[in-house]
This record gives sequence, structure tokens and C-alpha cells, in this order.
Amino acid sequence: MEQLGLILLNGLVYGLLLFMLSVGLTLIFGMMGVLNLAHASFYMLGAFLAFTISIRLGFWAALIIVPVLVGLIGAVVERYGLRTVHKHGHLAELLFTFGLAFIIGEVVPLIWGRTPVPYRVPAALDFPLFSIAGNAYPAYRLFMMAVAIAMFLVLYLALARTRLGLVVRAALTHPDMVGMLGHDVPKVFTLVFGAGCALAGLAGVIAGNAFTTEPGMARSLGAIVFAIVVMGGLGSIWGALVASLLIGFVQTASISLDMPLGTALMHLGIPVNTAMLTDLWQITIARVAPVVPYVLLILVLALRPRGLMGTRSA
Amino acid sequence: MSAPAQTALARPQSGAALRAMLPWVLAALAALILPHVVPGGFGLSLLCRMGIAIVFALSFNMLLGQGGMLDFGHAVFLGLGGFLAMHAMKLADAGWWIPLPALPLVGAAGGLAVAILAGWVSTRRAGTAFAMITLGVAELVVAVVLLLPSVFGGEEGLSGDRSSGPPLLGVDFGTQIQAYYLIAAWAWAAALLMWLYTRTPLGRLANAIRDNPERVGFLGYDAARIRLLVFSLSGLFAGIAGGLAALNDEIVTAGNMSPEASSAVLVMTFIGGVGTFWGPVIGAVLITFLSVALSTVTDAWQLYSGLLFVAMVVWAPGGISGIILAHAPVVRAGFAGRLAPAYAAMLPGFFLALAGTLGLAELGFRLQSVRNGASPRPVFGMALDPQGVLPWVVAAILLLAGAWLLRRAAPAAREAWQEASVMAQVQ
Repeated sequence: MEQLGLILLNGLVYGLLLFMLSVGLTLIFGMMGVLNLAHASFYMLGAFLAFTISIRLGFWAALIIVPVLVGLIGAVVERYGLRTVHKHGHLAELLFTFGLAFIIGEVVPLIWGRTPVPYRVPAALDFPLFSIAGNAYPAYRLFMMAVAIAMFLVLYLALARTRLGLVVRAALTHPDMVGMLGHDVPKVFTLVFGAGCALAGLAGVIAGNAFTTEPGMARSLGAIVFAIVVMGGLGSIWGALVASLLIGFVQTASISLDMPLGTALMHLGIPVNTAMLTDLWQITIARVAPVVPYVLLILVLALRPRGLMGTRSA
Repeated sequence: MSAPAQTALARPQSGAALRAMLPWVLAALAALILPHVVPGGFGLSLLCRMGIAIVFALSFNMLLGQGGMLDFGHAVFLGLGGFLAMHAMKLADAGWWIPLPALPLVGAAGGLAVAILAGWVSTRRAGTAFAMITLGVAELVVAVVLLLPSVFGGEEGLSGDRSSGPPLLGVDFGTQIQAYYLIAAWAWAAALLMWLYTRTPLGRLANAIRDNPERVGFLGYDAARIRLLVFSLSGLFAGIAGGLAALNDEIVTAGNMSPEASSAVLVMTFIGGVGTFWGPVIGAVLITFLSVALSTVTDAWQLYSGLLFVAMVVWAPGGISGIILAHAPVVRAGFAGRLAPAYAAMLPGFFLALAGTLGLAELGFRLQSVRNGASPRPVFGMALDPQGVLPWVVAAILLLAGAWLLRRAAPAAREAWQEASVMAQVQ
């Protein structure tokens, strides 16, 4: 039972982290119709910048400075890059963000090297909070959760309760009309793009030290986040939340299961011929965990091609 | 499609048909002569790589350029086709009668089978969702391949010996030149088939779902079905490329189908140009050559190809073939001379910006190697200290000055081109 509690806690933290990335991606897609393939690269940039800044000024300064910095970089990319290719259509925009991810993926090892950097959890939060299922639960995990939840509250209030949020929500569905009413829609685009990147940067600050900060982190997490936004239904924030938590829980649960695949299937009442593909049935579920998001993606799309909560047919 | 166009497609004039075949005859001749012109074994293996890359890039453009489908996992078909071909090669080793020239067919079968399976999930959607699903499927396939070492050989992959199979007409394909002619023949045939495909109703429907899927739906076609057909065919040709790669390298690893390999084919196809049939051929030849030639000179080759790609997306979305198409009428009308001064005015800025970019990237890589305890190689023959401030400042100033000069010269060049192309049209 305690084991289950541990899985739920870790799954929640991981799911919330995934949602921090997918929410920015979804907002940007909903508004501009372009999926920012460099989104996970901004997350990586956030983690590396946080490492450098936390050495000089400490973790708490990095927590404030880095999201602003990454957001500014994102705004510049939108203003001087994306907006120039906008006239060539969505495919060109997608390819532009792909090229940007490619370049960031080369520049980061150029600056910080190809090996992981020692970005550590701040000493003030580096203690076990309580013990669960025989494991000491780190306080930093709870801090991550708190930051993620605080961020969502701020985001929700900003979107639902402020005048700017009203303009943003209107521009999501009726950009031309919002423009006619005298709002500077391109500026709103830049703002949303920058804000989405800032969220990715913030996720990088708080996750880079809990996991590892290395040049491959954008690619490994990026593919999962893109799977989430498609699974949840492109453009749907609630879909992104559900898919993030689903993948968070399922992947965390499968990591902690040390049972061979063949045995697990037999427990579920599915007969398998273990004489064939012997190495497949010997693999423990824990080792299959990395592919779980993609299996879920294919299952969801096979049953519901537009995604869990998708409305757009495109 | 208008009625005259249809009859023109159905019954081409015999003269037009001959003229259309001329590039193919020339390509075949070039493929025959090239190994005798290009120096050394290094050049020969480079030619083999180019032939494989051409088939792969053309199959990719069946999706991106002709069908409007951006596939982020195209290397999966190349890789699985290659693994299947490698298993066939091993069976030939074990005494089965499988002649080596048939291996690409095995690869094609593998590519086709996987593309039908993957396409069943991905082609139900178009646009961005399609692109993301291909990304997810590719991640899944690569992970599964690494989980099944008994079938795919794990991290080391599978290797075989192409010359140990049954010889065909006394040729055992042991030497590189024999392998080259086999690859060239297959590449030529596969390219021809892909070109003929563009003339079929399915090829035309692929263009139609790219441009206006809704209208295709109203005409009574199922866009998702067309996407699946095109996707499967594209996988088949990528599988041929995979079979060729297997017999050329005599090893297939999960790296053949890695996300990096999928990115590489996108980059080369786009730089060559997705708007024409032959654009990807230019991209495949150029990028394969540069990746081999430059990776021996610089560590930053990947970065440069990424920068070139983004520059193309922003300033020349038609790729190299798009630039050629835009200038062909002007040159044919004899107005190339009018463009020359305005274009020449862009050169100083271009070279300054290039020098600045190269300087910054090379200094960055030198700084890395200094940190790792190695002594830095000279930058363009100059012994620069990457830890000093001056080289960085100079490189940055070069880049900024070049960008400023380019911005100043660009409008005049654009105007000169517009003027010349209008005059070429009038003439």
C-alpha cells in the first residue's frame, strides 16, 4: 500500500513536470497553429542556464532570472524568426522550430560540454521530508510539486481573470476579430510564445537538478511531451493535463515493476508463447518503461484519432 | 486537373517522351563513368553513400514535397528494411540461394510492411499531428529494436559478409566497384520508378491532398487512404535504400534508424529543394559530400548543417532547386549580366558574416577541447587562443558587420531579380 503511495507521489511530480512543458506547447499551438519543436530545447536551456547562474548567484536567484531569460530568448525567436517564416505557411514554421531545436542541441554542448553538468539540489531543500515504503522522500520533490501547482494557479488566474488573459483567449479562436478590435495580435503572439518558453525554462530550473542536466535531455523528454500534446488532443489544455498525469503515473508505475513481461501478461490472463522471442518475455516491465508513452499514444490514437480531448480535425 | 492536362499525361508526344527520358540516359551514363573519374577508394565509397542517400531522400520527398507530409521518423523504414536485408544476407551465408542483387527487394518488403503498420496509426491525421505521431512511432521502434537483441543484435547491430552468398554470373560483389555498380543500378531504377509514380493518378492525388485535402474529399476520394498508400510506397523505397545500405556497409545497427538519421534526411531533402522531383538528388549529393569532406576538417559540421537548414527555411524555402528554378528563365533570356552587379554587392557582407559565424563556432569548439585538456588546433591556419577575448570580439564584429552589409545590399538584389524575371517573361 505504501508502495502504491510512493508511485502516486512520484507519478504526480513527474506528470506535473510534463504538464509544465505541455501547457506552454499547447497554448502556443492553440494560438499560432504551430507546434514549437524547440520547446524541449528551451527546457534544456533553462536547466543549463540555471546551473551556471546558481553557481554565481545561488539557486533562488536562478529560479527568478532563468525563466525571464528563457522567455526573452523565446520572444526574440518569435519576433525575428517565426514571424519571418510565417508567410511561407505552417510547414515552414514547423521546420523552422525543428532547425532551431537542432541548432540549440549543437550549441549547448558547445558551451557546456557533452557530459552532464553537476547541477545540484539547493542545500536548503536537500533533506528527507518523510519516510514512505522504506524510502526517504526528498523534500525537493514536494518543492517541485509546489512550484508546478503555484505556476498553474498563476497561469489560470492570468488567463481567466485578467484583461490580457481575455485578449489571449479571444485571440486563440478569433485572431482576426481581436485584431479588428484594435489589439496588437502579433504582439500577443510574441507574448504567449515568450511566456510558453519561460514556463519551459522554469521546468528546466526545477527539474534539471532533480534529474540530470545533460545535452541529450531535450531530445529524450521532448519526444514524450510531443506525444502528450497529440494524445491529449492538439490545442486542448485539459487534454494536455490528463495526458501528462496519465503518462506520469503509468511510466512511474512501470519503472517500479521488476516483473518480466511474459509473467505479467500471464498474470493478466493473456497467454503468450514464451518459446518464441524469448528475450522479449524476459524483459522486465521496468526496462520497457521508456516506450510506455508511445504505446499509450498509439493506443489512444487507434481508438480516438483526434486525441483524448481534441476538437480540431486537423 | 484540367482536361487538356489529362490527355497530355495519358498520351505524351513521342518527342516529349524522348526529351523526358534524356536526363535518365545522362544519369545512367554519369553513373557508369563516375567511378573512373573520381579518385581512389575513398571517392568510390563516397559515391556509394551518395547513391543510397539519393534513393532515401527521394523516398522522403514523396511524403514531404509531393504529399505535404512531414515524417520525423523516416529512417525507421530504412533501418528495418536494412535489418531484414541483413537477415537475408545471413541466410545466404548459411547456404540459402539468395543472390545479393535481390537484397534491396527484401529491404523494400521490410520497409513496406513497417510503413503499412506505422501508417495505419499516423496517416489518419495530417499536418502537425501526423508529424508528431511519426516522431512517437520512431521512438517506439528504436526502443523496441534495442530491447530485442536476439533479432536486432542489440547495440552492436547485425553484420554479415556480402561476398559469401551465391555468386551471380561469376560476380560475388566482394569488391567495392562491383558493389558500386549494383548500388548505382538500383538507385537509378528506384529513382526512375519514383519519377514514373509522380505521373500516375496516385502521384497526382498526393499533390492534391497536399494542396487542398477538403476538395479531394468532395471529389469522392478518401484523403486518409491516399496518405496511407503514399506513405506505404515511400516506406518501400526507403526500404530499398536500407537494403542498399546493408549490402554496402555489411552492418546494420539501431543507429541507421536513429532520430539523427531521420533528421539528416529531412535536412538534405529540404536543402536540395522539396518543390521539384530532382531537388532532393542535389541535396543528397551535396550534404553527403559535405558531411564526409567537412567532418574531417571541423567538429562543428552538424552545427553548420543546422544553420544552413534554418537559413534555407527563412530565406530560400524552395531550396537549391528553387533558386535554380527562379533564375533559369532569367539566364535563358540572357539577363544574367543584369543581375551580376547587384548580386556581387552582396558578396562582401556574405563572406564577412560567414567568417564571423565560422569563427565563433570554431572558437567554441576549441574552448571545449582546451577545457578537456587538449591543445587547440589552429583556426583556419591561425594559432588563436580561444580563452582570449580578442578572437571572440573580432569574430562577433565580423558577423555583425556582415549581417549589416547583407541587410543593406539585399533589397537591391531582390529588385534586380524581380526586374530581370519580369523582362524575361515579357520577352
